[in-house]
Amino acid sequence: MSDIPVVAPDPVPTETPEPARSRPRLTGAVLIQAITEGSSAVITILAIFLALVVGAVLIVFSDPVVTRAWGSLFAHPGYALGQTWHAVSFAYAQMFEGAILNPSTVSAAVHGGSVGAIFYPLSATCAQATPLILTGLAVAIAFRAGLFNIGAAGQWVGGAIVATWLGFGVSLPPVIHVIVCLLGAFVGGAVIGWFVGLLKARTGAHEVIVTIMLNFVMYDLLSYLLSHHGMLQEPKQTNQVAPFLANDANLPHVGGPPPQVGVGFLIAVAAALAVAWLLSRTTTGFEFRTVGASPTAARSAGINVERSWVLVMLLAGGLAGLSAAAVIQGTNTQLTFNSYGTYGPDGITVALLGRARPMGVVLAGLLFGALHVGGTYVEAATLGQVPANIVQVLEGLIVLFVAAPALIRVVFRLRATAGTGMEAVAKGWNG
Amino acid sequence: MERVTAVLAAVRQPLGARRAYLAPVTFVVLGLIDIGVFGAAALVHKGDASFLLSTTGSGVQIPAIRVPAAPLCFVLGAVSVGLGVLRGTTELSRLVRRLTVAAVLLFFVLSLLCWADAGHIALNVIIIAQGTFTASIPLILGALAGCLCERSGVINIAIEGQLLFGAFTAAIVASAFGGLWVGLVAGALAGGLVGVLLAVFAISFLMDQIILGVVLNVLALGMTDYLYDRLMAQNSADNTGVTFGDIKIPLLSHIPIIGPIFFASNVFLYITYIAIIAIQVALFRSRWGLRVRAVGEHPTAADTVGINVLWIRYRNVILGGLLAGIGGAFLTIGSAGSFIPDISSGFGYIALAALIFGRWTPLGALAAALLFGFCSELALVLPTVNPILPAPIMNMAPYVATIIAVAGLIGRVRAPKADGQPYVKA
Repeated sequence: MSDIPVVAPDPVPTETPEPARSRPRLTGAVLIQAITEGSSAVITILAIFLALVVGAVLIVFSDPVVTRAWGSLFAHPGYALGQTWHAVSFAYAQMFEGAILNPSTVSAAVHGGSVGAIFYPLSATCAQATPLILTGLAVAIAFRAGLFNIGAAGQWVGGAIVATWLGFGVSLPPVIHVIVCLLGAFVGGAVIGWFVGLLKARTGAHEVIVTIMLNFVMYDLLSYLLSHHGMLQEPKQTNQVAPFLANDANLPHVGGPPPQVGVGFLIAVAAALAVAWLLSRTTTGFEFRTVGASPTAARSAGINVERSWVLVMLLAGGLAGLSAAAVIQGTNTQLTFNSYGTYGPDGITVALLGRARPMGVVLAGLLFGALHVGGTYVEAATLGQVPANIVQVLEGLIVLFVAAPALIRVVFRLRATAGTGMEAVAKGWNG
Repeated sequence: MERVTAVLAAVRQPLGARRAYLAPVTFVVLGLIDIGVFGAAALVHKGDASFLLSTTGSGVQIPAIRVPAAPLCFVLGAVSVGLGVLRGTTELSRLVRRLTVAAVLLFFVLSLLCWADAGHIALNVIIIAQGTFTASIPLILGALAGCLCERSGVINIAIEGQLLFGAFTAAIVASAFGGLWVGLVAGALAGGLVGVLLAVFAISFLMDQIILGVVLNVLALGMTDYLYDRLMAQNSADNTGVTFGDIKIPLLSHIPIIGPIFFASNVFLYITYIAIIAIQVALFRSRWGLRVRAVGEHPTAADTVGINVLWIRYRNVILGGLLAGIGGAFLTIGSAGSFIPDISSGFGYIALAALIFGRWTPLGALAAALLFGFCSELALVLPTVNPILPAPIMNMAPYVATIIAVAGLIGRVRAPKADGQPYVKA
């Protein structure tokens, strides 16, 4: 253990300013320094690489041909390694083709096929990334104010209930209907978030407890509403299914079928820009960050800490509600009991990987969206031999390695420098 | 000058003044619900509520208790309101304050039961109590695991992952080797393995502990899903659903009421008793515990007097992992039998809430976990007694009860001071 380089924790956990560059240096030198000392970008890339290496072990374990080949490793070492390489490269190539670019569509396009088909994998990735970005923002913005929002799932359900009800139960003119549903989803999520902030501000109830409990309350509420015909259940159904939204309540798509970018994705990116602007350019955002750095200091500086908590949770809930709108109005067009999926928990990992910064969240959301799409694709391509849930392991490993730069440094023999690790986005219970 | 002192007071105690009214107001509100909601509704049903105090087939049969539902609700509610007024107007000692909280909660539950049961078939108190323990055991063990970690200064969000991995490993080992005790040990070790990961990354690699906990949960979920697909789903001999039988403690299990509740369960309940007592005593009455708490509150000071901070943290985190692993094993080989993906379904997070709610003490966490378990059991039982109560709404009860308790009675809590901060020797 003694040779592990000890990285001193950053004394100022909020904002690490860029080191002032005294004189312009050669790009090459900067690049070499970044690689040998491990800038955050390099650490992230190495972390993804390391996660893929560990994931390869799971792929090998999944394939009976390869595991048998390993059984006779000493008799036929070349065969075992060849089979391993084949299985792993095939799985990862399939993942890439499913999520980013399939070379065969390019050659088809050259020979007169559809050009749009080239972009189909990317559009699927964007669609998957949309709700992840929005729940990621819901967690990230709370982190910046020093709160741990585990409740994106419950806020998601709150938004979904309102959006669904407005989507099938109310008739409005075309464009207005979409907007009203979006606003309704924001409000539905925001109410849940606001309640958490209010309880924390008024009674000191810890947001971690309240958000966890509200998640379960909202699941049960959803279950109740979806099993009564007078409420949200589709009248002809006995399953927990709501009616389809009215056509004019669904989010339109940009671009022709099938490679299309849902308006939801544009909303997600716009939301990220708005959050970035709020945090870095407004007084409210400054207050959030100050409260996040130290509530006591913020209070002495005259900032209304309680008000910041309530407001930031309200916004966080609203963002999670928008995530529900992106799913219900964008891709599913119908609310079922399982609609909430894992958007809430995924939001936490996305926010952590994005270091609680809006643009980081967008990139992390895209990466996880690509992994989800690729995972489903590879499961289909290998006829279920490589299950899609290895993607979940990959996601966990990526965040683990990104958050532990000291480990990456040991594995890749990088020189130790302080301050390029993940900032302390999350704080302890007393924070 | 006066203004300055006022401002300073506001800075130091932002919630102090308001919190003084929290408990009395909560008492009065709960009392009014007893009267206005449960009492009034029970009046409409016009029936007695009846409670059974023995199970069929047990040695001593106790006659059922029948009480007039509506009048009892009114009396209990009035007493609750009175306690609220008393608490709001007079200074009470700490013990009396706690007793009033317990009484008001008990009265609330009794009124709820009377209302739900009025004019319906009898409720069996013994079965509800047994169910409460069944629902609470993983929460208690998980919260104790968290207590061990956090008292030494390491935040443990990974309880969920420890429960899940423990549950999986216990099920597969018990099925494959046909030995329940082997399964129990394997489950504990699996939880301990997650504990080792938590310790290495948090203590040696100085990783942010909240991120780490969340990540370990994601990994445990992903790995168990994956292994379930690969192993159990393809070969049912790996997931046979064997469970521990009940051990009836001689003599004690024959005591009416108490016996069947406390002394006639499987080994996990007894492990839980031992763990609660051992940790409560060790933490607050032994040198061992003093050192653990010192490390969790002020590691620098502890280091100065020669305590090995990192070793204590490693040891406690791994011990906690073993304990949570046993809690996980309960989910499979202790109650449900076979493993299903995501069998822990948020119990680890609820255990975490119980730990915070219980102010990082074993007994506090126990009380929180029992409250939660009791409400879950009620949610399960009441819709079968009284079909008017919709199951999904009743399922909310434990969560709503926790929110009310945390917001209305507990308020602000204080974690160990160095909780979550990695220790780097200067």
